[in-house]
Amino acid sequence: MNQPKKTNLSNKALKFCQLAGLPVLIPFVRLFAGEEPREQVREILKFVGVPIIASLFFIGAWSLASERIKTESAQLPGPMATWQAARELWQSHVDQKRADRERMAAEREKAIPLMTQALSLESRAAEADQTVREQLLADAAVYRKRAMLAANFRPTSAPTFVDQTFRSIGTVFVGFFIATLIAVPLGILCGMNPIFNAAMTPIIQLFKPVSPLAWLPIASIVIIWWHNGSSAEHALFSRAFLISATTVSLCSLWPTLVNTALGVSNVDKDYLNVAKVLNLSWWQTLTKIVIPASLPLMFAGLRISLGVGWMVLIAADMLAQNPGLGKFIWDMFQNGSSTTYARIAVAVLVIGVVGFVLDRIMICLRNLVSFDSTVPA
Amino acid sequence: MRGYVELFRLGKTYDTPTGPAVIVENFDLNLQQGEYVCLLGHSGCGKSTVLTMVAGLNSITTGGVAIAGREISGPGPDRGIVFQSPCLMPWMTAFENVMLGVRQVYPHGTRQERRDIAAYYLTLVGLGDSLHKRAGELSQGMQQRVGIARAFALQPKMLLLDEPFGMLDSLTRMELQEVLLDILACDRITTLMITHDVDEALFLADRVVMMTNGPRARVGAIFQIPFSRPRGRAEVLDHPEYYEFREQMIHFLETQDHKRRALATGNLTTV
Repeated sequence: MNQPKKTNLSNKALKFCQLAGLPVLIPFVRLFAGEEPREQVREILKFVGVPIIASLFFIGAWSLASERIKTESAQLPGPMATWQAARELWQSHVDQKRADRERMAAEREKAIPLMTQALSLESRAAEADQTVREQLLADAAVYRKRAMLAANFRPTSAPTFVDQTFRSIGTVFVGFFIATLIAVPLGILCGMNPIFNAAMTPIIQLFKPVSPLAWLPIASIVIIWWHNGSSAEHALFSRAFLISATTVSLCSLWPTLVNTALGVSNVDKDYLNVAKVLNLSWWQTLTKIVIPASLPLMFAGLRISLGVGWMVLIAADMLAQNPGLGKFIWDMFQNGSSTTYARIAVAVLVIGVVGFVLDRIMICLRNLVSFDSTVPA
Repeated sequence: MRGYVELFRLGKTYDTPTGPAVIVENFDLNLQQGEYVCLLGHSGCGKSTVLTMVAGLNSITTGGVAIAGREISGPGPDRGIVFQSPCLMPWMTAFENVMLGVRQVYPHGTRQERRDIAAYYLTLVGLGDSLHKRAGELSQGMQQRVGIARAFALQPKMLLLDEPFGMLDSLTRMELQEVLLDILACDRITTLMITHDVDEALFLADRVVMMTNGPRARVGAIFQIPFSRPRGRAEVLDHPEYYEFREQMIHFLETQDHKRRALATGNLTTV
């Protein structure tokens, strides 16, 4: 009786695993549903057990290497040292956030008496006669201002490692977003119009292979020029942030551009014939047929772009001094304390994990939009 | 006699490095309103060229095509086309695929009217239960049913069928042939169909037009099919003239084949 419902549920779970790009979980779901247990256990051993053993080997080799590789001033951080550094970084993040919260609470507490003071002065001013009233109102305004300052107090402590990680993720998304806004429309134009494509090809071919480090100084001129118009305090983003984000954009533009153009120019002729027969307008053909048909390739490009963007970002952060992971590594390298290298190793692992998660997100998005069979990578 | 659909001295020539290649030449054919005509010939003889020219998807070199007294220029929704592959947008549902065309043909109808038309034709081809399935999830046969519904939902002046059942297995093919006849029974649309299946042509058509082999393909022979409508497969197969027609058509195709071989070997000897 229960059987059909159960299989339905596990089918949904299987579909989710495929869609989320996590085919590793499939044997677990099957095992849970009681589907050929022996086969599933073998699958789990193969696709989960083997990677775990390989990882253990890697950690062992790393550990051995860290004992051997020493210079006078530094030692290669081993797994334990890295783990220790990670815990310290996390602890200092937690401590700092707690201190900031306490500081904010204390300030806010100060705000309440200041505000009551201001209010009482104002009510007294309402009753007082002309000569005193102005003085009282002026005093009230001062108290009110102090109360607002205290209530809106923001601690100005240096960003922690966790802050810097999120800062990096934010930067890469802004850069990636700008790149997408530019690359997708350009790619569609290139794919649809051979003349436009011919015009763009030399530019694309020339700039595609350029490294981010070459871009950065030029990107910074543009940003500084543009940034001068607005005053530093009122600017939405800091200059370093914009330089980093622009560099990410300029480098992650190309895979999306090239793939979108490829996808659009390779739309099945039959679909375009249908559009012709139905007399669809140019805009309808574009939105109903060309774009949906090229989405899978477009998303393959976006996925590569995000990966490139994340790699480029670390270098851009280092050079532009944008307070992200790249700057963290650079600062650690500069200050050279005993835990420096272990902290850099932590940053390296975090960069890897974030990159992996970003990649999975893109696979998931691609699977959601693609109409052909889902191919997990 | 003037027809509802006229193909007059239709010709197609491609320029090749070795000089112009004449695929079709002086192809004359008139279709009466509501008539079902099958074009039968060997693959590569130019059948598809004729059909795509009528569809407006292929430029016409000489001659012309007129439908209801007006010469065609380019493709348009007054001709419903069913291609050999279903050509559905796999990211849309069956319903949306049909709606894509309906929206073009009834721009002034209400939303509900358009939806009703799309649903009506999908129900007619037997997909009333699968309106909102993604085209990619449907079987080949079901996809082709959607293709047929899409063509009929346009309420076209004429139907163009380009080997619509060529990619289906024989059981599905027979099923869809009957679906097609059923819709045509309520909605008599002038139809030009391409096939290389003699039995299919005999079962469906009012007239079978045999094409000579290319190059310079043209009308070779015309068979008027006297079977009454509505047609059942069993009655058609039992009809005394059925095998006679079949024999003659196959004989025609075989002689065309011999000619082609003779031509090919002849060419080889001169080279």
